[in-house]
Amino acid sequence: MEQTIIEVRNLTKQFGDFKAVNSISFDVRKGEIFGFLGANGAGKTTAMKMLIGISIPSAGEAKVAGFDVYKETEQIKKNIGYMSQKFSLYDDLTVRENITLFAGIYGLTDTEIAARTVELTNRLGIADEADKLVASLPLGWKQKLAFSIAVIHNPKIVFLDEPTGGVDPITRRQFWDMIYAAAAEGITVFVTTHYMDEAEYCNRVSIMVDGVIKALDSPARLMQQYNAKSMEEVFIILARGAKRSDN
Amino acid sequence: MRNQIRQLVEFIRKEFYHIIRDPRSMLVLLGMPIVQIILFGFAITTEIRNSSIAILDNARDDATQNIISRMENSQYFSIQKDLINNDQVYTAFKTGKIKMAVVFEPGFAENLKHNNKAKVQILTDGSDPNNAVTLTNYASSIILDYQASYNQMQALPMAIETEMRMLYNPRLKGIYSSVPGVMGLILLLISAMMTSIAIVKEKEMGTMEVLLVSPVKPWLVVISKTVPYFALSLINVATILLLSVYVMGMPVMGNVILLFGVSTLYIFCSLALGIFISTNTSTQQAAMLASIMGLMLPVMLLSGYMFPVANMPVVLQVISNIIPAKWYIIMVKSIMIKGLGIGSIWKEILILNGMTLFFLLISIKRYKIRLS
Repeated sequence: MEQTIIEVRNLTKQFGDFKAVNSISFDVRKGEIFGFLGANGAGKTTAMKMLIGISIPSAGEAKVAGFDVYKETEQIKKNIGYMSQKFSLYDDLTVRENITLFAGIYGLTDTEIAARTVELTNRLGIADEADKLVASLPLGWKQKLAFSIAVIHNPKIVFLDEPTGGVDPITRRQFWDMIYAAAAEGITVFVTTHYMDEAEYCNRVSIMVDGVIKALDSPARLMQQYNAKSMEEVFIILARGAKRSDN
Repeated sequence: MRNQIRQLVEFIRKEFYHIIRDPRSMLVLLGMPIVQIILFGFAITTEIRNSSIAILDNARDDATQNIISRMENSQYFSIQKDLINNDQVYTAFKTGKIKMAVVFEPGFAENLKHNNKAKVQILTDGSDPNNAVTLTNYASSIILDYQASYNQMQALPMAIETEMRMLYNPRLKGIYSSVPGVMGLILLLISAMMTSIAIVKEKEMGTMEVLLVSPVKPWLVVISKTVPYFALSLINVATILLLSVYVMGMPVMGNVILLFGVSTLYIFCSLALGIFISTNTSTQQAAMLASIMGLMLPVMLLSGYMFPVANMPVVLQVISNIIPAKWYIIMVKSIMIKGLGIGSIWKEILILNGMTLFFLLISIKRYKIRLS
């Protein structure tokens, strides 16, 4: 029996008359890489904000890492990591200072932080750059550093909001290697993306259209079900009827 | 709790890094008060010296000569022209060579002696009203001076004696009003504007979102933002006071500790304002604009720093009461110039405390609304 780590039942977020997220339900299993797909404006960022505790749902139930999204947001925040689509480290702090700051937020001790810093910079191959300002690093390295910092406290789940935007294909591949490594360590990965080739790297994906989840399964089975050669085709079939779009 | 103190220390350190690694901004923040004080102290001044004036002396007797020589020796005036008729007076104004003309009636000394009354006309260039008023005041005080000494000699029972004396600032030095004004402005600028920009910057960069998702308490992030600007503001209070005492010769008549105390209160109020602005804006430009339009301009126009509030329309006088700087400037003047103690400024202290509390409360309220 696989453990469920995120449990969502009829979760809704309403702004006035507009239902940004309309009664969605799904489960995420412990240790899986869960792709949360949807076009711009489909409601995936709003849904994610409710799960990470910075937006209160209008209706429905959800539990993240066993904690309620209404009453136990503080507990949720301690047990998750988050990387936003905007680059979210401090450019005018050094690599080491960024690591120290974020590790300190999660209550790591000084010895843990020192050990983590060495381990992390070695793994990313930026040990020599540890005392340089983050602003001087190339974008790809910054993204990888941001991911490493998002999981520095060994969270139960890491939420990634379009983490590979604007990154070259090689770095994207390396980035996904890091995601796999994190998943192998038992961290559940919840990732939004609109690169459909990336969707194929996920264990399971959900596709959101106009605030509702239209499909949820492993990429292979979705392609079979919709008789498509790629996830891109699946997505186009599902999103064809979309009324909401940013563009 | 221990963890929160540690987080606070980490965040305050981070804020100092942000400021120290931007040396240009820091130079502006620390250099601005020095430049302003020196500018207002030396260059921009309401005192007028060596104004060109012309004299039309229709009497040419000992009384008029005495007054003219007093004017000449006053350092306020330099007599450019000795005129012979009225037409020349207007020509001299039109060519822009003089700012004021003094016209004595014929038989000035005789009239003074026999009628106890003599006429002198002072003409000024009204196109520059401030200048004109100041010059008229200087000239009439010189004439009154002469009248006083003349009356002494005559010992007339009905002698009219007008005495002018400027309390607290006998030489009408401009620096006496610019030091409190600059303090009111600079502290507001650093505490309110810089704090609001720093907080909004985190929103704009997207780092605020990451912090909101982390277990760190939002108030802790905000408090840590205010600490470095609080420190910078106190440094600036010290710089301004040192400059005004040792360079500008404006002493602190009252208690220096009390002065630092009310400055701290004003800094708190400005920080609260900065936090309030940051809850209402989402870009750095908007925060800056709100600070300039909403804070700096009112301070310059309505706090009594540049223009006297008592002469404004009632509406503006009422509005001026909601400007924290007005109360702070009153307190600084009371302590620095009049040497008053806490007993005379408790009302202003209460008002500033109330304003600080008010801005903090609505900021907290707005913050909660935004999160849900």
